[in-house]
Amino acid sequence: MSEKPADWTSGHEAILYQCCESCGRVQYFRRDFCAVCGSVKLTESCASGEGTVYATSLVCRAATPEARAHVPYTIVLVDAKEGFRMMAHGDRDLAIGDPVTARFVPFAGGVVPYFEKVR
Amino acid sequence: MSYITGVGLTSYGKHEGSSSLSLMSQAATLAISDAGLKRTDIDGVLCGYSTVSPHIMLATVFAEHFGIRPSYAHAVQVGGATGLAMTMLAHHLVDAGVVRHVLVVSGENRLTGQSRDASIAALAQVGHPDYEVPLGPTIPAYYGLVASRYMHEYGITQENLAEFAVLMRTHALDHPGAQFQEPITVADVMASKPVALPLKLLDCCPVSDGGAAFVVSRQPTATIRVRVRGCAQAHTHQHVTAAPALSDLGAEISIARAKAAAGVSISDVRYAASFTITLAMLLEDLGLARRGEAAARIRSGYFGRDGELPLNTHGGLLSYGHCGVGGAMAHLVETHLQMTGRAGRRQVRDASLALLHGDGGVLSSHVSMFLERVR
Repeated sequence: MSEKPADWTSGHEAILYQCCESCGRVQYFRRDFCAVCGSVKLTESCASGEGTVYATSLVCRAATPEARAHVPYTIVLVDAKEGFRMMAHGDRDLAIGDPVTARFVPFAGGVVPYFEKVR
Repeated sequence: MSYITGVGLTSYGKHEGSSSLSLMSQAATLAISDAGLKRTDIDGVLCGYSTVSPHIMLATVFAEHFGIRPSYAHAVQVGGATGLAMTMLAHHLVDAGVVRHVLVVSGENRLTGQSRDASIAALAQVGHPDYEVPLGPTIPAYYGLVASRYMHEYGITQENLAEFAVLMRTHALDHPGAQFQEPITVADVMASKPVALPLKLLDCCPVSDGGAAFVVSRQPTATIRVRVRGCAQAHTHQHVTAAPALSDLGAEISIARAKAAAGVSISDVRYAASFTITLAMLLEDLGLARRGEAAARIRSGYFGRDGELPLNTHGGLLSYGHCGVGGAMAHLVETHLQMTGRAGRRQVRDASLALLHGDGGVLSSHVSMFLERVR
C-alpha cells in the first residue's frame, strides 16, 4: 500500500477506490485500513467514471500562478456510481443532479478528472 | 464555573508595520486591563496560530515576548473554531482549578504581512493534499460547493445570501474598528466580482490585520458578570469531499450537546454571534431560523440590532474583518460588550443570554457556547 496509486493523483488516467473485504464499505481517500471498521483487507478497483453531480463551484480567482492560467474552471463534487464522493473538474454548465462521465485533462502540471454531462 | 472577566480588541484592517506578536500584545494588554488584573495575575495562556509567522510553540513565544511566565501555556489549532475552542478549554481549566486566569489571545498581520495570493494559497491547504489541492480549489470554492448544494436543497438564491453581507455591513457602520465603513446593497453584492460562484467578492470574508484577547477566570472581577453557561463541540470530517449530508453537519450536533450542557433552549437566546460566510446555513442548523427562512428573517429585521435576536452587531467576519483566529474572537468581544452594557450606539436591549457558534475548516469543526449574564 505504500507505493503510489496508479491513478490521477500520480499522473495516470484512472480513478481508483478501495472496498473493504470485511464490511463492504467503499472509500476514496486511500488508506492502509478501512476507515469504518479498521480492517486491513482492502481491494483496490478502478472506477467506471460514471456518476451524478452533487455540487458545483466556478472558480474565478485562483490561488497559484499555475491554476490562474486555467481560470475560470468548474470544481465539482461527484457521487460516483460505485458509492464514493470525489472532487474533480467539470463542464461549466453542469447542474446538480446531472448524470456525468469522466475523462482526463491536464491542469497545473498534472492530470485531473474532468466530468461532462451524459447526453 | 468560569467567567469572561475582560476583553480586548484592536481595529481590523491595515496595521502597517505590525507583527502577529505586536497585535497579540496590544489585544492582551487591553483584555487584562479590562479585567482589572495585572499581567502577573495571568497564570494560563492559550493562543491561536499565525499563518504569517508559523511557530511550533507560539504560546511560549508570546509569553516571553509579553513578559509573563504562565504555569500553563500552549497553542490551539481548529481553524475558524479555534477562538471558541480555546474559550471552552479555558473554561474547563479554571473550572478544574488548574489555573486562575487564562489569557486567550490571537493576532495576525495577515493583510500587510503577506501577499493576498500567499494568504489564499496557505488557506487552500486545508484541502486534501492528494485528492483536492491539485484541482486548484480555494477556500471560497470549498464553501461555493457547499453553498450550491444548500441553495439547491432549500431553494435559496444568491440574492438571499447577499442579505447576510448587507446586514453585516450595516452593523459594521456603527463600529469604528470595523474594516469596512461603506454601506452596501444587495445589488452591490450581486455585482461584485465573481470569486467562486455562487460566491462573489462581497459574499466572502476579507483578509485583515488585527488582534483579539480575553481573560477567562475562576472568580469574577467585576459587578456585571458574564459566565460560560455551557459549551460543546462536534467534529464530523475535515475535507469537503468527506463531509456528511447537509442534514448531518456538525453544527446541529454541537448545539444539541451545548444546550444539554447549559440547560437552556434556543428560545431563551437573546443575542447570537456566528462566524462565517455560511451564516445562512448555521442560523438554520442552529435552529435560529427554519430551513430556507434565514434570509426572510433578515429582511424582517429579526437579526438586526433592534430585532428579536440581534446577530453580530460589530459586523462579523464579513465586515468587521477576518485576521484568522482573531477574526472569530471579535464576536466574543462584541458579545461581552453587549452583555455588560458597553456597546455604545450598538447596544441591544437585552443580551442576558448569548449563543456563540464557531466553525472551522469547511463546516468540519464546530463549537457552540452559551454565555449568561449574572449579577
